[in-house]
Amino acid sequence: MTATQPQIKNDSPSLIKSAEISEVIGKQQPHTEAKILTRNLNFFYGDKQALFDNNLEIATNRVTAIIGPSGCGKSTHIRVYNRIFELYGDQRATGEVFLDGQNILTPETDLLELRRRVGMIFQKPTPFPMSIFENIAFGLKLHYKLNKSETTDRVEDALRKAAIWEEVKDVLHRPGTALSGGQQQRLCIARAIVVQPEVLLMDEPCSAIDPIATNKIEELIHELKSSYTIAIVTHNMQQAARVSDYTAFFFEGKIIEFGTTKQIFTNPSNRQTEEYITGRFG
Amino acid sequence: MKPRPATGRRILNFLVNVAASLAASAGIIILLWIIIMLAYKGIPALNLDFFLHLPTPPMIPGGGLANAILGTLLLTVLATIFAVPIGLLAGICLGEFGQQSKLADLCRFAANVLTGMPSIIVGIFVYGLLVLPLGNFSGLAGAVALAIIMLPVVARTTEDMLRLVPDPLRESALAIGAPRWKVTLAIVFRAARAGIITGVLLGVARVSGETAPLLFTALNSPYMMSSLMHPMPNLTVTIFNYAMSPYEDWQRLAWGASLLITAAVLVLNILARFIFGERKS
Repeated sequence: MTATQPQIKNDSPSLIKSAEISEVIGKQQPHTEAKILTRNLNFFYGDKQALFDNNLEIATNRVTAIIGPSGCGKSTHIRVYNRIFELYGDQRATGEVFLDGQNILTPETDLLELRRRVGMIFQKPTPFPMSIFENIAFGLKLHYKLNKSETTDRVEDALRKAAIWEEVKDVLHRPGTALSGGQQQRLCIARAIVVQPEVLLMDEPCSAIDPIATNKIEELIHELKSSYTIAIVTHNMQQAARVSDYTAFFFEGKIIEFGTTKQIFTNPSNRQTEEYITGRFG
Repeated sequence: MKPRPATGRRILNFLVNVAASLAASAGIIILLWIIIMLAYKGIPALNLDFFLHLPTPPMIPGGGLANAILGTLLLTVLATIFAVPIGLLAGICLGEFGQQSKLADLCRFAANVLTGMPSIIVGIFVYGLLVLPLGNFSGLAGAVALAIIMLPVVARTTEDMLRLVPDPLRESALAIGAPRWKVTLAIVFRAARAGIITGVLLGVARVSGETAPLLFTALNSPYMMSSLMHPMPNLTVTIFNYAMSPYEDWQRLAWGASLLITAAVLVLNILARFIFGERKS
């Protein structure tokens, strides 16, 4: 492992060269900053270290894919961005994660506000045990004081943005669990975006649903990236190639290579990245 | 190589199946036997007088157990009111917040021991706790004794049911910025609702048939109750007293009371199964 380390640009403070960003983004987009900047992130499950000095940048309004073999720390990494890991007492993170320049790993961070700004979609769809409408309204009511008609409008808007409105508009009172897996996942996306987050973290959002539903979600990701910064963990390399602008390759808790998706998939500079992408391991 | 003939294995398989089925039916047969016996002896006792009248002295017709029926209902409801809130909160502590903490471990151990505690010990404990200091047997003491028996049942079922709720559901509620208490109350509790209600019903069923803890606390009374601070009439102790009496009409009332209480417990159990089953489908 360590023999291949020198190729990782770990020592460089900025992993994406601004030239690269403007190449991808073009001149019409002013964003050249990273929405999320990770510095020397280490993560521990009890005594076991799972992430080692991760440095990564998630570009604003772009899709960043995180790929790598099972157990390499992909999910662990993005679960730091909204500090959801803190549900479990034995997990802890050290280092710095900046969201718009603010280190979110400090104790002063308002977790509820952080999680409003950084939404998350999970591997398995997890509709709440309530109606479709209430599933969406639940988060809305947590963060905003709205009257009934405003709530209804916002719920509809979120369901439309998540491309599921047409399928559920007549059955809003039905339990969310009555939907199909793919619909449930889009419901969860609607639930995440209704609170107007800035970042969406997706933890293998398509691994529990069928190919047609997966297609729909990928199309949705394309549409969502104009308004949200997206980080997606995926096992599926074709998916990473299709949906993302940047790709980070993780292996054994380390970020082996990071660059534009085009570069990673056509011209990886690291041997392990190449072997993984060409299917020789993982 | 020739395979071994299957006949021997088939016979053994058959025999084991028969033995297992017989053992399983033993439980069902005993339950049926009790129910049939109770129905046979108890149904003749169940008439309007039984439900509406107070007990009469032996040999005087027209006696009923109105006071004991009401008393048992009241004791059970009171015990439920005492035990369910504490049990639910303890269950939340065990299942949600203090899963690995020392306090939770201790509490879980205590609940397990308390579940297996002979109920008469609980009766004596409450006798010392409430009856002696207050100076007389009381319905309140009876309800407290029943609540103590119910508490660990509710706490442990709540814990088990909360643990059945998958972590991703908690995570997704936390991930949209819900505070932990809201996640527990609005999401996790709702997801575990059917199981928790089942647990409470089973707890109620468990205590509604208890006799021993009431002997030292609520005692019994042939009159309509007037206060929680006095001995409280109840079905189980009445069964105990009347069944041992030499008077035929009292014995008949005891049969009726036995049938009534068994039917109530049976209905509670069936209801619990029904609610829990509904969740699964």
